[in-house]
Amino acid sequence: MRLALELILFPGFAFCALAGMVLSWLDRKVTARVQWRVGPPLLQPVYDLVKLLGKETIVPRDAFVFLAAPLIGLAGVTLVGLLVGQATLRPDLQTWGDLIAVAYLLTMLPLGTIIGAAASRNPLASLGASREMKLVLAYELPFILALAVAVIKADYALSLGEILKVQWRDGIAASSLSGTLALLIAVLVTQAKLGLVPFDMAEAETEIMGGTTIEYSGAPLAVIKLTKMMLLFVMPALVATLFLGGLRLDAGAYGVGMGALKVLALAVVATLIRNTNPRVRIDQALRFFWGPVAILGFVAVVCATLGY
Amino acid sequence: MGITLNALTRSLSVFHLAASPCNNCDIEILDCLTPKYDLERFGIQLIGSIRHADALLVTGSVNRKAAERLKLLYEQAPKPCVVIAIGGCACSGIMFRDNYNFAGPVDRLVPVDIYIPGCPPKPEAMIAGVAKLIAKVRGEKA
Repeated sequence: MRLALELILFPGFAFCALAGMVLSWLDRKVTARVQWRVGPPLLQPVYDLVKLLGKETIVPRDAFVFLAAPLIGLAGVTLVGLLVGQATLRPDLQTWGDLIAVAYLLTMLPLGTIIGAAASRNPLASLGASREMKLVLAYELPFILALAVAVIKADYALSLGEILKVQWRDGIAASSLSGTLALLIAVLVTQAKLGLVPFDMAEAETEIMGGTTIEYSGAPLAVIKLTKMMLLFVMPALVATLFLGGLRLDAGAYGVGMGALKVLALAVVATLIRNTNPRVRIDQALRFFWGPVAILGFVAVVCATLGY
Repeated sequence: MGITLNALTRSLSVFHLAASPCNNCDIEILDCLTPKYDLERFGIQLIGSIRHADALLVTGSVNRKAAERLKLLYEQAPKPCVVIAIGGCACSGIMFRDNYNFAGPVDRLVPVDIYIPGCPPKPEAMIAGVAKLIAKVRGEKA
């Protein structure tokens, strides 16, 4: 019962959705300010989603898979939000290996995207799906290496709560050399996982017209957009938890404020990266993640094992 | 007016169809998104896929090849979807109306909700037109 409540309301679906909407508004507002514009009003994400609920939903012949695919991603992101939230609220909760669960659950969103795009029978969508697939292959290796650094720093604990507690005891992971490198990698991977420029080739609006989401309209598109917004909160929250000490409840208002500030800062960094970079090609992204970023990851892991 | 329609007027996703224009209107449309006019203030965005669109923006003197595409795109758009004819060519065909490949002004092919004439119309005229369109969708007097 308590778990169901946590899943649906706080810190699960409803909270992540709300925080994600605020952050997505912030993303658009900061983008507008960077471009010297005014930008959309605060309720813009709400208008966007409510509007889509009133639109016609056009489906291809394989309607079931097409409509179920966005829900796979939504479920994955909600569960990650729940796990991160639970670890923050109750770090003493006995969980073993929820970090591994997080790593798996985060791949459910690209999985759902790929299935949905393939089911839509649009050539541009399948092009987007193939790019998404390659992008997942590209960023998963550095991401796992960054997670490994967080695990090694926390005395080989695989639970988010334990990682948080070690950081509260010994100082944040990013204060060490390996932690800083891992944070850098995590920020780059966040960019790719969020599908923001320079890694938005899977739904490049200007060349393949929305790519993976090209055939979606109405309510399923609203689900996809909501999932993206939630991820805009969940990914920074996860990175903040792993490397920046996350949100500390027992430190009172200061801890909560600092926690919120960390998430905010990581989200704004993602926005600034997307505003100051051009889109790269998929082969460039692959080379980037498997080359310099992966090497940096291995260096960080070695440094972490040596205690730096 | 329903809550979803109200939201629609605050978050128009615009699909831009260049149906054999001279590009002048298209540049003026892009002008609307620049810092000086910034249509994103009103939630208006240009999008890439017709399936995401709430408004179909048509520019140019629609010729016979573009006419088929225009009809197809109108059918592919999820309803409710409004059609905006931008520029003299899209509204009436002006000097191209007797051309051998002219397939008619936009309203001969699909129902048009608002006409914004001009060659090209100024960004201010387009914003005024969109404001009138939003008032029309809401059932208010402009």
